[in-house]
Order: sequence, then structure tokens, then C-alpha cells
Amino acid sequence: MDQKYPFSQNEADRRQDLNKLTNNGKTMNIINIEHIAKIYQVGSEEVHALRDVSLKINKNEYVAIMGPSGSGKSTLMNILGCLDTPTHGIYDFTGVNVSQMNDNELAKIRNKEIGFVFQTFNLLARSDALHNVELPLIYAGVPASERKERAREALEHVGLADRVHHKPNELSGGQRQRVAIARALVTRPSIILADEPTGNLDTKTGEDIMALFNDIFELGNTIILVTHEEYIAEHAKRILRIRDGLIEKDETVANRYIPKKNGASKI
Amino acid sequence: MKMYFIEFREIFSIAVRSIRANKLRSVLTTLGIIIGIVAVTTMSTAIVGLRDAFISSISSFGSDVLYVDKFPWMSMGDWALFRNRKDITIEQYEKLRVVLKNYEAMAPTKTTFGATCIREGRSINASMIYGSTEEYQRTAQLVLVEGRFITDVEVKAARRVCVIGQDIKKELFPFGNPINQDIKINGTPFKVVGVLEKQGSGFLGGFSMDGQIIMPLRTLESTISNRHGRLRIDVKVGDVTRLDDAREEIRAAMRVIRKVPPDKPDDFAINQQEALKEMYDKTIGVVAIAGIVITALSLFVGAIGIMNIMFVSVTERTKEIGIRKAIGAKTWSILLQFLTEAALLCVLGGIIGLAISFPLSLVINQFLPTAMPLNVVVLALVISAVVGVISGILPAMRASKLDPVDALRYE
Repeated sequence: MDQKYPFSQNEADRRQDLNKLTNNGKTMNIINIEHIAKIYQVGSEEVHALRDVSLKINKNEYVAIMGPSGSGKSTLMNILGCLDTPTHGIYDFTGVNVSQMNDNELAKIRNKEIGFVFQTFNLLARSDALHNVELPLIYAGVPASERKERAREALEHVGLADRVHHKPNELSGGQRQRVAIARALVTRPSIILADEPTGNLDTKTGEDIMALFNDIFELGNTIILVTHEEYIAEHAKRILRIRDGLIEKDETVANRYIPKKNGASKI
Repeated sequence: MKMYFIEFREIFSIAVRSIRANKLRSVLTTLGIIIGIVAVTTMSTAIVGLRDAFISSISSFGSDVLYVDKFPWMSMGDWALFRNRKDITIEQYEKLRVVLKNYEAMAPTKTTFGATCIREGRSINASMIYGSTEEYQRTAQLVLVEGRFITDVEVKAARRVCVIGQDIKKELFPFGNPINQDIKINGTPFKVVGVLEKQGSGFLGGFSMDGQIIMPLRTLESTISNRHGRLRIDVKVGDVTRLDDAREEIRAAMRVIRKVPPDKPDDFAINQQEALKEMYDKTIGVVAIAGIVITALSLFVGAIGIMNIMFVSVTERTKEIGIRKAIGAKTWSILLQFLTEAALLCVLGGIIGLAISFPLSLVINQFLPTAMPLNVVVLALVISAVVGVISGILPAMRASKLDPVDALRYE
């Protein structure tokens, strides 16, 4: 596996990071949430989007978060992704308490530790694939030459080596999502947070994307997948079912669906 | 530090791309700024030209010369009051000449505007005719290129002789030598005894100093003008540092000569070139204030336009802001992005404004020798950038404060 990994130069660093999170082989939590709640003020009414959620996610886990709309699934995802902070409770992310951080501190955490993949891809329309992938590195202050090299590697990794200078409107849905995945991977984040990543894709393309996620997972990444489709959720190893702001069920997938590799990915 | 530089390059390129993506909108938005910059640069170019022209045209008034006159040049009071004062007479001049001690030259002078000069079918309108004495050459600091100035004898005898300016020579004597030739001024024949050096065009195309004629005072009174009319006494002090003392001496002497009671104010004025400059500065001040008001108004309107379009831009790009924030852009980065865009938009307007006002300054140059001052160019660009930053502040703050969750959800 190591030889195939495109970031082989940095693989050593990666292993070191991994070791920091494992305590003499004993797995440490990358995410440790304790009794968090999120309350929104809508007019004079308080809406409890999350009531009391506690959960732990380990390094190199593949977790799906499921739930109907209004269940608090999106709120949980926003908090996990450090886009939002909980009203109560503690969110310990990679050993750092992020629940009280300000906007700029959260931005830094998002930039370095979290790779987002969205349902609507959320690429910058006016920028080509390369620049879109470079973007998080720009905000991390990585110099241009290193940045371009790493962005190219990431695009190669998702099978888009020949689409580097294409703008989003010149790419298919599947290719756009691959650019988004490359953008998520390029900073080597601690978690990949994917929100309905196949929601805007046809079944075949969606399956390709899920295969890519599986590859990324097998390389040692931690993936959190938010979906409302049972079939997509079963690609994960563990499913968290949310309802009415509470975790209803936390189950291990017995018969995990492993997508077969396809030509698009070079792995 | 380097990190900020990397980010700033991105910020700058976003701004450039955003403006390029909306070319027409950007140019229309900056219209107010363009007008403001055109106003401020054209105005200051014109003012510089006016000032140069004015200074060169008043340089014929010596800085060490005092002009005793019925009217103050810089008049703030009632014109009728000055008009009702007794005329200054030639007798008063003669008395002053006796009383006053320290002076270099003194000349009683009368001025007539315009007279037709004819010679052998050629004619020209003289701009000014001065009637004075031989000492006028020194009080008016005149230099002759041909012939001589009028003499004491000619003045006393009221001979029909005159000294002419370059324009009159050129028109009436295009080829020949004018000295000792006759010309007719308002029908009366005069002998030309001298030609003045070329002095250049007058202020704003007004009285050209090259269109003047000088003749003995009494000759002027008996031929073109009459015994009435406003007489002025020009006193060349000869030493600029003695100007204030000389002014007091003249004032005291004139009060005695004109029998002004001790409790009454002066019924005459002692003018000097400085007064003209002050008057000029006041006039230019009014022009400049009008210019500043126009500039400020159009920049204000321009700033509102920029602010408006920046709010539109922020709304249009809410999703982009969300993406950038999710990916790690900090608050200041988004703030700076929109401030940069607004400033760049305004500087663009400033550059377009300069591109318009530069040819305008060349046109002005045809009437009024001038050039667009470099500091005005720099000032225009700085003003544009400042207006941009000011009008960009509110939209940029709105953008930077957007919640990433809401911004990402925005469609």
C-alpha cells in the first residue's frame, strides 16, 4: 500500500501523526463529544436541534451519520466540522477543546484538520480544478510551488490528472466531486467530512465516488459520511442514527458493502 | 509575514477576476469616481495655469511700486462711496513730489481702454493707452527694443509722440521700422518714438501688455481722453524693505495734500501688487471651493454607488464566502478581499478619470499654458483608493461576519 500512496514523501509524517493519536497501540479518540446540545432561538421559541449527544470516533474509522430531516443530523455535522459550536457540552477534537473557540480559531482548525466534501460540490466556479484544490493551502500559507505540486498530486490521486485546468462547468458531476475530494485531501486533514456526497450524482457515478472514499479510508483516513440513504450508509463500518436531537442507535455494520475498484481511480 | 503575502496574492487575484468578470458593471459603478477625479484634476490643472498666467501678467506691476488711487484694488466696501471721492489731481501729484523724500521714481498715470490705431489702411485696436511722464518707464519697469521712451520735454510740451507695444508694431509695421513714423490713434496723428519689448499674452486673453501705447499725460487728455478721469500716482519706492514706511509717508502726505480732517478716514487708497495677488487668491479660492464641492459630491455619490455594488457583490458571492470560510479563510481575509475589491474598483475609476482628464489638460493648455501637476495625479489615485476603502468597509464587514453554515446553504 505504501508504494502506491501518492504522498509517500509525507507518509512518515502521517504515521507519526497517527502514533501521536495512538497510545502505545491503544487507539485514542480523534473525536470525543460529551453531552453536547445545540439550542437555536427562533423568534421567542427555543429549538433544541441537539439535546444530549455523546460520541467518540477513533482514528481510521468510517462512520455514517443517518437521520431524517429535522433530526439534528446537519447540526451535528456542522459542529463536527467546526463550522458551528455547541450551546452546551464539550467537543474535544484531536485532543483540543474546540467548543469555546472563536471564528478565526475554528477557521484554522477547519483549514488544517478537516476536509469537507459537499452534496453540491461547492467549487469556485471561476477557478480551474487546480486552483480549487490549492485553495485550502493558500489559506494555510503554503508557498506557490509546493502548493501547486501538492494540488496536482491530489488531483492525480482522484484520477483527474488530465483535467487540471478545467473549470467546474467543463467537468461532469462525478469529476466535480473528485475535485472536491482532492481539495479535502490536499491538506492531509484528520477527518474527511462528507455531506451527502452522492446526492447530486447518478447511481453509477455515486458508486465510483464511494469506491474512491473506500480507497481513502483504506489508506488510513478517518471518514464521516452524512447521508439519508441506507444503501450509502452501508459503505461505512459504523452507523449513527440520529432522531429528535439524540443518538437513537450506534451500530456496527455487519455486512459492510465494499465497492469494487474502478478505472477512474489510480489506486 | 510570508504567509500573509501568499494570502494577499490570492485576495488580489480574486478582486481582479471579480472586476474582470463584471466589466461593464464595474465601469458604470465607478462613474461617480471617474467624474470626481476628472473634476479634481482638471480643476487643479486649470488653477495652476490661471496662477501662472496671473503672476506673469501682474509682474508688470513692480513689487516695490505703490499706486495712489481713488479706488482700492481689493475692494471690500461700497463702490459708490469710492466713486464719490474727489479725484486725484495733477496738482496733488506735484505737491506729493515736493513733500515725499525717499523714492526712486514717481509718475502720474491715466489709463484709457481701447483705441483704434490706423496706418496706411492697416488698423489694430490698442488694448490700453497710458498717459504719463518720462518716469513711467521706471515705475512700470518698461524695456525698449527700438527707439527711446518719451522725454521730459515731450511731456511738458504735450507732444503727440508715443511708445508702442509689440502687437501694435507687428500689425501696423509688419516690415518697416516704426521709429519716427506716424500712426493715427482715434483719428489723431502721433509719431512713434519707441517700441517696447515683447511681454507675452495677458491674463486669460485679457489686456495684452503687448497691445499698449504710452504717451505724455497731457497729450492723452487733449486727444483721446479728457481732463477728467481717474488719475493714479505710481511711486516706485526702490527698496522693497522700505515699502511699509513709504506707504505711511505717502499716506500722511496725501492726507495733508487732500486736506482730510484727522477724524475722517482716508479718501484715497494706496495699492500694491500684493493686493492684486490677495484678490486673485480670493477669487481662485472661490473657484477651488466650487471645484472641491463638485469633487466631493461626485466622490460621495461614487462612494455610495461602490458601496451599493459591493453589497450586491457580497450577496451574489455568499456561497463563495461560505466555501472560503469552510476551507479555512479567516474573518480578516474575507474582509480584506472585499476591501481590496472596492479599492481596486475605485482606483480603476481613478485611472479612467485620469485618462479622460489628461487630454482635457492638453486642451486647456491651448488657452492657458499649463500641465497636469504630478502631485495631483498621485493625489487622485490616493483619493480613489481611500474612497474605495471607505465605501467598501460596510459591505466587507457584512461579508466577513457571515456565518459559514448559513452562507454555504445560500442558493
